[in-house]
Amino acid sequence: MVDLSTTYLGLKLKNPLVASASPLSEDLDKIRRMEDAGVAAVVMHSLFEEQITLESQELDQNLWQGTESFAESLTYFPDMTRYNLGPEGYLEHLRKAKAAVSIPVIGSLNGVSTGGWIEYAKKIEEAGADALELNIFFIPTDPEMTGAEVEELHCELARNVKASVKIPVAVKLSLYFSSMSNMARRFDQTGIDGLVLFNRFYQPDFDLESLEVVPALILSSSYDLLIRLHWVAILYGRVRADLAITGGVHTALDVLKAMMAGARVAMMTSALLRHGVEHVSKVRAELVHWMEEHEYESIREMQGSMSQRSVAEPAAFLRANYMKVLSSYSLHSPRAL
Amino acid sequence: MAREKVTIDGNEATAYTAYRINEVVAIYPITPSSPMGEWADQWAAEKVPNLWGTIPTVIEMQSEGGASGALHGALQAGSLATTFTASQGLLLMIPNMYKIAGELTSAVIHVSARTLATHALSIFGDHSDVMATRQTGFALLASNSVQEAMDFALIAQAATLETRVPFLHFFDGFRTSHEVGKVEQLSEDDMRALIAEELVHAHRARALSPDRPFIRGTAQNPDVFFQAREAVNPYYLAAPEIVANVMDKFARVVGRAYHLFDYVGAPDAERVLVMMGSGAEAAHETVDYLTARGEKVGVLKVRLYRPFSVEHFVRALPATVKTLSVLDRTKEPGAAGEPLYVDVVTAVSEAMTAGQAPFQALPRILGGRYGLSSKEFTPAMVKAVFDNAASARPKNHFTAGIEDDVTNTSLPFDPEYSTEDPQTVRALFYGLGSDGTVSANKNSIKIIGEETESHAQGYFVYDSKKAGAITVSHLRFGPRPIRSSYLISRASFVACHQFSFLERFDMLRSAAPGAVFLLNSPYGSEEVWDQLPRSVQEQIIRKKLRFFVIDAYQVAKDTGMGVRINTIMQTCFFAISGVLPRAEAIAAIKHAIEKTYGKRGELVVKKNFAAVDAALDHLHEVKVPEQATSSFDIRRAVPAEAPEFVQKVTAKIIAGDGDLLPVSAFPVDGSFPSATAQWERRNIALEIPVWDEVLCIQCGKCVLVCPHATIRAKVFEPALLAGAPATFKSSAARWKEFKDLKYTLQVSPEDCTGCGLCVQVCPAKSKTEVKHKAINMEPQPPIREQEATNWSFFLSLPEMDRRVLNLGQVKDVQLLRPLFEFSGACAGCGETPYLKLMSQLFGDRALIGNATGCSSIYGGNLPTTPYAINEEGRGPTWSNSLFEDNAEFGLGMRLALDKQSKYARELVGRLALTIGEELAQGLINAVQSDEVGIKEQRERVRQLKEKLAGASTAEARDLLALADTLVKKSVWIVGGDGWAYDIGYGGLDHVLASGHNVNILVLDTEVYSNTGGQMSKATPRGAVAKFAAGGKPAPKKDLAMMAMAYGNVYVAHVAFGANDMQTLKAFLEAEAFDGPSLIIAYSHCIAHGYDLVHGLDQQKAAVQSAYWPLFRFNPALAAQGKNPLQLDSRPPSLPLEKYVYNETRYTMLTRSDPEAAKRLLELAQDDVNQRWRLYENWAAMQLTPAEKEAK
Repeated sequence: MVDLSTTYLGLKLKNPLVASASPLSEDLDKIRRMEDAGVAAVVMHSLFEEQITLESQELDQNLWQGTESFAESLTYFPDMTRYNLGPEGYLEHLRKAKAAVSIPVIGSLNGVSTGGWIEYAKKIEEAGADALELNIFFIPTDPEMTGAEVEELHCELARNVKASVKIPVAVKLSLYFSSMSNMARRFDQTGIDGLVLFNRFYQPDFDLESLEVVPALILSSSYDLLIRLHWVAILYGRVRADLAITGGVHTALDVLKAMMAGARVAMMTSALLRHGVEHVSKVRAELVHWMEEHEYESIREMQGSMSQRSVAEPAAFLRANYMKVLSSYSLHSPRAL
Repeated sequence: MAREKVTIDGNEATAYTAYRINEVVAIYPITPSSPMGEWADQWAAEKVPNLWGTIPTVIEMQSEGGASGALHGALQAGSLATTFTASQGLLLMIPNMYKIAGELTSAVIHVSARTLATHALSIFGDHSDVMATRQTGFALLASNSVQEAMDFALIAQAATLETRVPFLHFFDGFRTSHEVGKVEQLSEDDMRALIAEELVHAHRARALSPDRPFIRGTAQNPDVFFQAREAVNPYYLAAPEIVANVMDKFARVVGRAYHLFDYVGAPDAERVLVMMGSGAEAAHETVDYLTARGEKVGVLKVRLYRPFSVEHFVRALPATVKTLSVLDRTKEPGAAGEPLYVDVVTAVSEAMTAGQAPFQALPRILGGRYGLSSKEFTPAMVKAVFDNAASARPKNHFTAGIEDDVTNTSLPFDPEYSTEDPQTVRALFYGLGSDGTVSANKNSIKIIGEETESHAQGYFVYDSKKAGAITVSHLRFGPRPIRSSYLISRASFVACHQFSFLERFDMLRSAAPGAVFLLNSPYGSEEVWDQLPRSVQEQIIRKKLRFFVIDAYQVAKDTGMGVRINTIMQTCFFAISGVLPRAEAIAAIKHAIEKTYGKRGELVVKKNFAAVDAALDHLHEVKVPEQATSSFDIRRAVPAEAPEFVQKVTAKIIAGDGDLLPVSAFPVDGSFPSATAQWERRNIALEIPVWDEVLCIQCGKCVLVCPHATIRAKVFEPALLAGAPATFKSSAARWKEFKDLKYTLQVSPEDCTGCGLCVQVCPAKSKTEVKHKAINMEPQPPIREQEATNWSFFLSLPEMDRRVLNLGQVKDVQLLRPLFEFSGACAGCGETPYLKLMSQLFGDRALIGNATGCSSIYGGNLPTTPYAINEEGRGPTWSNSLFEDNAEFGLGMRLALDKQSKYARELVGRLALTIGEELAQGLINAVQSDEVGIKEQRERVRQLKEKLAGASTAEARDLLALADTLVKKSVWIVGGDGWAYDIGYGGLDHVLASGHNVNILVLDTEVYSNTGGQMSKATPRGAVAKFAAGGKPAPKKDLAMMAMAYGNVYVAHVAFGANDMQTLKAFLEAEAFDGPSLIIAYSHCIAHGYDLVHGLDQQKAAVQSAYWPLFRFNPALAAQGKNPLQLDSRPPSLPLEKYVYNETRYTMLTRSDPEAAKRLLELAQDDVNQRWRLYENWAAMQLTPAEKEAK
C-alpha cells in the first residue's frame, strides 16, 4: 500500500489533495462530502474585509435612504436590534465546518487595511482554524508606487499577521512580482509557514454588444499548472516555507507533477467546480494506481524529485527552455506559421 | 427602583405598554398609527416577551375591518387583544366596535387620532375619527402627551378589565404620536400592579369554549332586543368611578396623578376652557402664564370622555366659573354644536336642573372649533378664546386659528403673543429629507433627554413631496416640563442645512432677537455675506443674530459620509448652542453614534466619528457687517405668468404661508385646478441630463422612463428654429415619414429630480469613449438659466398631430405630450412612468379613480397636481375616494359615462331630424378605436353643439348637456398593491367580474410604500418588510392568475424597464378591450432598498429570473380560437438569488436571520420555477377543434 501522507504548514495530512478556497466551502454539506471523497484538508472561501465593509456601508445607506423625508413613511424597513454583519457569519460557518469534519480546516483571509488583516486573522484563529491562508489581492494602479514599495507592503503584511497569530500562516502569492525568487525568500524571512503558488485573479472581460466591462470567471485547465510547476521547482530547497500549488490541478498526473516539483500539497478548485467534489476520489484512486504501477512507495519520496536542483538539466527551467519550446512548436504546428 | 427615562415618541410609548399587556395584536398600516404596529411586529420578530413571558402573536390583516374582526374573534376566544389605528381605519372598525362593546368585552384600541377625509384627505391630527365612534359603546380616554400616552395605555387596559367596557385610548395624530419627548418608562412591575390577575382570568372565563358551551351573538326580535340592550347599563354607570379608582391606583404605584377631569388654573376662575388632547397642554401653559399675572382663568382637561360622568365633570369645575368655552377638534356640519360642546351643555343643564352643580349661577357656555388637521393651536389662540369669553357679546360656534372671512366665525388673535418659558432653548432646523437633519435632531433629543436632567421635546414637520423634501425640526430643551404642543415661532437657534433654502423661505422670521444662526454654506465666513438674500442680511443685522457657517458637504465628502451631514450639523449645534458643555456633548454624540450605527458595522461608526471630529475645525463665526448689501432677495414662489388662482393660493402654500390663507380663498367642494405642478419649479437636481444630439438615435427610451416627464422630445418644422435661443439643440429627425423635420430632446432643468434613469436606459454610446452616451448627467447650476430658456422655447413648439403617429412604437410615443408631469414622487420612482404613458396615450379622454397611496399623494397632495392639460384644454380628470373602494369608485364612473352616453345616443336618435340624419348616424355609429376616429367624433360633437345652441326643447337641452359623453372616454382605476391585493381586493374582484369596460392599473411595489413599506399580499416570499420583520414566509399572491381565471378579463403583467414595447402593447390592448382590463405593473421602489438609478436593471433581472414573467392574456384572442395567454418573456436564465440579493429587502434577512433567508430563498426559487412551468404550459395549450368550433 502506498503512503500518500504529507505535511503542510506543520499539519499532518493523509494525502496531498487539498481543496483550495472556493465557493464550494460555503456549503457545509459540500465540505463533508469533500472529506468523504478523500480531501486531506480544506481551505475555506475567503473572508473579504472589503466585502464586509461594503455590506456594512450598503446596509447603512439603504436603510437610511429616503427616511425622515415624508410624514407617512419616516422609514422603509424595520431597523432590527442586531445584524449579522461583519465577520460573524464567516466565523460561525468556520466553527461549524471545523465541527463537521475531522480534516484540517484552513481559514482564508482577504484584507484591505492593516488593522483589518490582523483583527480578522485573530478572529479566524479564535474560531478554530488549523491554519490561515492570506489571499493578498493588490493591484498597484498608482503610477507613483514603485515595485519595491509594493513588495514591502506585501512583506509587512505577512510579518504583521504572522506576529499576531499562533496558527501557521501561508501566503497565496501573486504571479506578478519582478523577482519571484527574491520575493519568495523575503516572504520566507517574515516567518510565514507556507507559500501557495499562485493566486488566480479575476480579470474582467468586455461585452462588445453592451460595451460594458463584465466579470469573467474562467475555470483553470491543466495548462495553468505549468507556470506553477515551474516556480515550485525553482523555489524548492531555496525557501524554508512549505510550498503548495493551486491552479491547474485537475488530474492525478497533475498532482504527481506538483509533488515532484516540490509542493507539499496540490490544491484543487476548478476541477471540483466542474466535476463535483467527488472528483477527488477519482484523482486519489488514480494517484494510488499510478504510484503502484510505477512502484513509488510514498508521496514524500517524490516531493521535489524534479525540482530544479534535482533534475539533470537545471537549465531546463531557464530561458533556454523557452527557446526550445518555441522551436518545437513551430516544427510541429505548420498552421502557426 | 428608579424608572428608566427614555426619549421616544407617542406611538412608541403607547406600543411599549400595549405590547406588554396583550397576547394577540391585529394590525394594519395607516398613518399616523402605523409605527405602533411596526414596533409590535419588530418586537415579536426579536422575541421580546410580554408581561407573562410569552411573545405576543402579531398579525397583519387585509384592512382595518379585518383587524377589528380578528380582534373581536381573539377577544371572544379569551385572549387579551388589541389593535392600533386611526381615521378611515377606525371607521372600518366601527361595526365590530358595536359588537365588542355590546358584548361587554374587555379590550383597548389605541388610536392616533386623525382627520377623516371629507373635501380632502388629510393625514394629520384631529378628533373627527374618534368622535365618529362615540355612539359605539366604547369608553373614550384621551391622553395629551407622550408620557400620558404610555400611562393611559395601561390605565385603559386596567380599566377595561374591571369595567368590562371596551376602551378606545386616543392621542393626537402627529402632535403626540410623532412628538419625541422624554418620559419615565413604566416598569413591568407597574404593569403587574395595575393588571389584576383575577380580572384577566375572568376575561378568559367569559370566552367561548366548547368545554363550557354557550352562544353569543344571537339575533333578537322586537319583544326582547330593547330590554336586552338596556342590560348593559349598570356597567356604564359604574365605569367612571372604576376608571377614577384605577387612576388613583396608578398614582399610588407610579406617582403620576390623573382624574377623569383635570382642572388647572385659578381656584376662583371665571373663564374656563374645556377640551381634550394635546391642545389642552398649550392651554395649560397659557393658563399658567395668565394666572401668574392675576387672570381668573382655567382649563379643564377631559380625560374620560365616554362614559361621560356629569357628576365628576361639574365637581371638577370651580364654582366661580361664569363662562365655559368648550373647544372641539372636529367639525359636525349641521349639528347644534360640536360633540364635546353639546355634552357640556347637557351636563351643565342636567346638573343645574338636578341641583347638583356647584356654580353660583348658570355659566354661559360657548363652543368653538380649533386644530382641524393639526392646524396650529397656540397660546395666542388660547388667549383669543379667553378674550372672547370675556366679551359682552362673545361669538358662539367660533373657530380659533384661522381667518374665516366667509361666515365670520373666527376669533382674531395676535400671532406675536407668546407664553414660552425664557429658560427653554428653542431650536429650529431646516433640512432636506435626504441630508439626515431629522435623524440628527432625534439623536440630539435623545442625548439631551438621556444625558441631562433637562426636559426635551422634538417635533418634525415634513413636506408633501417625496423627492427633494424639506423638513423643519422644532426642538425644545429646558429645566421645566414642556407643554408647548405647538411649533416654534421664536427660536433662539436657527439652522439652515441647505444653502439653497435661503432663496426659497424666510426662515429667519422665526429667529428671536439675539438668536444663533447656523448655515451650511459652500462659501466661507469671509465670502458668505454677499451670497445672502437681502432680507436675510437685514434680519441678521436687525435681530443682532450670531452667525456661523460650515461647509458641511465638504466635511461629509472628506470623511466618507457622502451627502449625509447629520452628525456634522449636530456637532455644530452642540458646539454653539451651549445646551451641553462642548466636550461632554461630543462624547455623548459619539456614544449615540455607537448606539445607533454600531450594529451596522464598525466602518459606519468610524466615519461618523471622523465627521464629528472634523466638524468643529470647519465651523466659523461670521463677522456681521453693519449694512445689507445684496441686490437680490427671496425669489417668487411661482413665476409671474402663472394663473390667478396659482398666484393667490398655490403660491402661498408653496412659500409655507398656507396658514395665512382665509376661508374665502378656497373652493367650497374640494375641487382644484389641474396643471399646477408646472409652476412649482423646485430646482432639486444637483445634476441633470444633457443631450448629445450627434450620438442620439432618437429611440425615445429616455422619454419613456423619465418618472417626472422632465425629458421630452418634439419633431417640428426647421423654420420654427428661427427664434430659438442660441444654445437650443436640434438634429435631423430620424423618421422616414418626418425626414425633412427637426428633432429636439429637451430637459426641464428646474423640474428634473436628477434620478439618472434616462442616462441608464440610453443605448447610444460614444465609439471613442463608451462612458459618454447620448445623454449624460452634468451639474445643474451652471446650465440652469440656459436650459430653462431652452425649455420655454421647446414648450412653445407645436405638438405633433397624434393622427400621424404610430402609437404602437416607443419611438413615436415620445412625441406625445405627457399629461402627467413634475409630480412629487421619489426621484427615480418606478410607478410614475406608467401613469405618464397612460396620460400620453389616453389622457385627453381619461377619468382616473385613484386609490389612496403613493399615487394619490404625488397625484393630488396640495399644493400642486401633476395632472396636466393639453393645448385643446383637455386632460385627465382625477379623484381619490378612499383606499378600500377604488375599484368600485372607478366602476361607478364607468356606469355613469355609459348611461349618459347611451342616453345621449338615444337623444340623438330622437332628435335626428333636427340634427340632420347624416350627423346623427355619424354620432351614433362612430368608430372610435383610434386617434382618427376620436378626432372625427369630436368634430361631430362640435357640430352637434352648434346645431343645438339655443335649442328650445328639454330633450335638446339635455343632449347639449350630455354631448361630450358621445366621445369615447377611458376610465382608469389606479392604485398600489396594498389596495389591489389587500384592502380593495374584494371590490377589485367584483369589478373584474362585472364585465364593464374599465382599465385597472396596479402599480405593484410589493409593499405599502406610502405608509413606509409594510407587507402586503404582493410582498414576495423572503423579503423583509415592516410587519414582516422576520421575512415574509408566504409567497406573493398571483393576482394575474386569479383574474385570468375569469376568462373574460384582459390581464397584462408588465415591467417597462425590461420590455418597454410589451408595456406599450399592454396599455393599448387593455384600453381597446371592451371589458375589464387589469395591468399589473412592476414598480421598483425606494422601499426595495437600493439606489433607484438601478431600477431598470432590477426590472430586467426580475424578468430574466422569471420572478416577474411578462405576459398578456387577451380574451379577444380566445374569441378568435387562439390561446389568450401570450408569454412575452423567456424561461428563467438567471438564478433568483442574482436578482433578489441586489436589494436590501432581501439581503437584510441574510443579516438578521441567515437560516431563514436561505430556506425562504430556496422556496422562492421553487415558486418561480413552478409558476413559470404553469404559465408556459398554459401558453402552449391549443384549443381543441370542438372548442374552436364553439368560439
